[in-house]
Amino acid sequence: MNKLKLIIRREFLAKVKNKSFLVMTFLSPILMVGIGFLVFFLSKKNDEKVKKIVYVDESKLFTEDDFKDTKSYDYVNYTELGIEESKKKVEEGGYYGVIHIPQNDSLELLAKSITFYSKESPNISIIERLESKIESKFKNLKLTGFGIDLTKIEASKISAEIKMYNFSGEKSSKLINWLKIGVGAIAGYMLMMFVMIYGTSVMRSVIEEKTTRIIEVIVSSVKPFQLMLGKIIGNASAGLLQFFIWGIIMLIVSIVASSVFGVSMSEMQTSKMSPEQLEAMNNAVAGDKMQLLIQEIFRLPLVTMFVLFIFYFLGGYFLYSSLFAAVGAAVDNETDTQQFMLPIMLPLILGVYIGFATVINDPHGPISTIFSMIPFTSPIVMLMRVPFGVPWYEIAISMALLLCTFVFMVWMAAKIYRVGILMYGKKPTYKDLWKWLKYKG
Amino acid sequence: MSNLLEIKNVTKNYGDFRALNNVSLTIPKGSVFGLLGPNGAGKTSLIRIINQITLPDSGEILLDGKPLQPNDVEHIGYLPEERGLYKSMKVGEQALYLAQLKGLSKSEAKKRLKYWFDKFDIAAWWDKKIEELSKGMAQKVQFIVTVLHQPKLLIFDEPFSGFDPINAQLIAKEILQLRDEGATIIFSTHRMESVEEMCDYIALIDESNKIIDGKLDDIKRQFRTNTFQVGVKTKNPKEIENTIREQFEIFPSDFKMLSEGFTANVKIPEKESPNNLLSLLTKYGEVQHFLELVPNASDIFIEAVNKNS
Repeated sequence: MNKLKLIIRREFLAKVKNKSFLVMTFLSPILMVGIGFLVFFLSKKNDEKVKKIVYVDESKLFTEDDFKDTKSYDYVNYTELGIEESKKKVEEGGYYGVIHIPQNDSLELLAKSITFYSKESPNISIIERLESKIESKFKNLKLTGFGIDLTKIEASKISAEIKMYNFSGEKSSKLINWLKIGVGAIAGYMLMMFVMIYGTSVMRSVIEEKTTRIIEVIVSSVKPFQLMLGKIIGNASAGLLQFFIWGIIMLIVSIVASSVFGVSMSEMQTSKMSPEQLEAMNNAVAGDKMQLLIQEIFRLPLVTMFVLFIFYFLGGYFLYSSLFAAVGAAVDNETDTQQFMLPIMLPLILGVYIGFATVINDPHGPISTIFSMIPFTSPIVMLMRVPFGVPWYEIAISMALLLCTFVFMVWMAAKIYRVGILMYGKKPTYKDLWKWLKYKG
Repeated sequence: MSNLLEIKNVTKNYGDFRALNNVSLTIPKGSVFGLLGPNGAGKTSLIRIINQITLPDSGEILLDGKPLQPNDVEHIGYLPEERGLYKSMKVGEQALYLAQLKGLSKSEAKKRLKYWFDKFDIAAWWDKKIEELSKGMAQKVQFIVTVLHQPKLLIFDEPFSGFDPINAQLIAKEILQLRDEGATIIFSTHRMESVEEMCDYIALIDESNKIIDGKLDDIKRQFRTNTFQVGVKTKNPKEIENTIREQFEIFPSDFKMLSEGFTANVKIPEKESPNNLLSLLTKYGEVQHFLELVPNASDIFIEAVNKNS
């Protein structure tokens, strides 16, 4: 036990003292947050420039009210100048483009004959904005034509909101669903990143011991299994420390950057959301629903989620990193690892794809359910499903399967590891690995 | 005087390949035991089994009369043929780590390291990384790490490779001193002159089988050919040659005498005293040279391996 502690300590320090670890830990979050803010800052600056749009309305259907200036658009009426003159004006500069609404008695035909001229191909959001302006104007015109009072239409608008309960009496809403997806996706994605970064780091550390040939000295003092376990735990501790530091740095940098650039965090988040999300957010925040949001967060199965997160995180990491250790032991140098890496990476990536493709749409569908049972994808897929509430027996089966596979794989990896670390020269095949499994001692 | 290590009928297979075939050895306490054999004979397999890096398929190993236990790694020091240390770790840190893995406490390890570092005059390297040291320097560190926990059994696989003659001499001296202090040493090498110099016992392994083992002197006696190299100062070498040829087998000898005379390698029949030859020679002139051709380790090695195959 004491030796295991020594090994963990050494592996941890070897990783942490490495220059690339320091660089990765302190530079990458600063870079990531920095780039995020830069992009946001620039696009905000970009949007802040007011675009002047000329309109030539020969149909006389539109009024000044229809082309009211907004924060980012100024509309200029050049109907008197005529379309040719207006186009020249726009070409001379100062204007973004010109929209030409010709004269036509039929609204249907008119709707198809409106043109927008600009120097460069125009921003798609401007066109969409103009189209919806025209559509709603024409719709209103038609409604009036049918003899319907517009004020009545306005008065008839009503918004419905379906309240959702499951049978255990939990209340949910669209907002909470987005929250669940977010939490699950982040957890699953984090696990994949963690396994990829620190699993390969375990592998590299095994290869290093082989190439420096210290391995024979070490295994004359400790059991190969202890060494493997120590490596896996040591690297994981270094990884958790790195994640922890990243979290703190992200927080600090975000606070500093937002006060410098005048970008608030909530603005940054909402800008990335889709309209439905925004609506949900606005609905929630607008009224006295902020309280509801907090309540709903606390209604999530937080304790269960936390416990399961820890379980699947560790289970997934140990399962995969023992395989990485076995691969490291089987080869002499990193370039030889590729043929063995693919079968390890595949289920990992599959897990994330399945998670994003199916869990989000249908968390309890057959595909999500099956892949949350299969041990190689279950850590990721189940972590994504958990926030939606998974029946306890499914979790139990999934955990039991993961645990059994984990024990079996570690045993198998340890066998390959024990033989592999002392084998040099020949690049092993899968057949060789199979033979190694059968060696005694 | 008892045996420190007893290897009983050890067999080890790797798949279809038999690395060791029913090998038995006894290694007396306080001896330097030479483990010899051509490349690929099975020496490293045996050493790894003694170190509990691998397990034998059958047979057993007794250390001090008891079957090997996992904790016995603390009583064994092993310097593998393929040396290696963590490249980016500092010398002192690394030595401490390896010593602790062998069961030493940190403070004790520090104390002993200081002693050895002073002895080898390398205290200044404590904070250097291994990658900054030359190969010979790293070897010194590795030697210290091997012996630091004062094991009762030391296994050196080619301990002199990578050392210049001066440092090789220094290491040889240290190994003999460790033996004098009570350690038992297994010494595997291809350098036969160092076997002559250091080993009390040897065992020869070839093609997975032990073919010879025992006290070096006994084995030499076993391999002696009763051949004497003789040199007699005389004006008439032909005369002596003819006389001796009547009684003994004669082979040409390649050594040069300072004065003119008769030189030859003479084989005496078993059980006959060499004095008979000597007294015969004295009749013909001044005997300047009379030396038994004792087989050296290298001769024994080559002869035994050739006979085996």
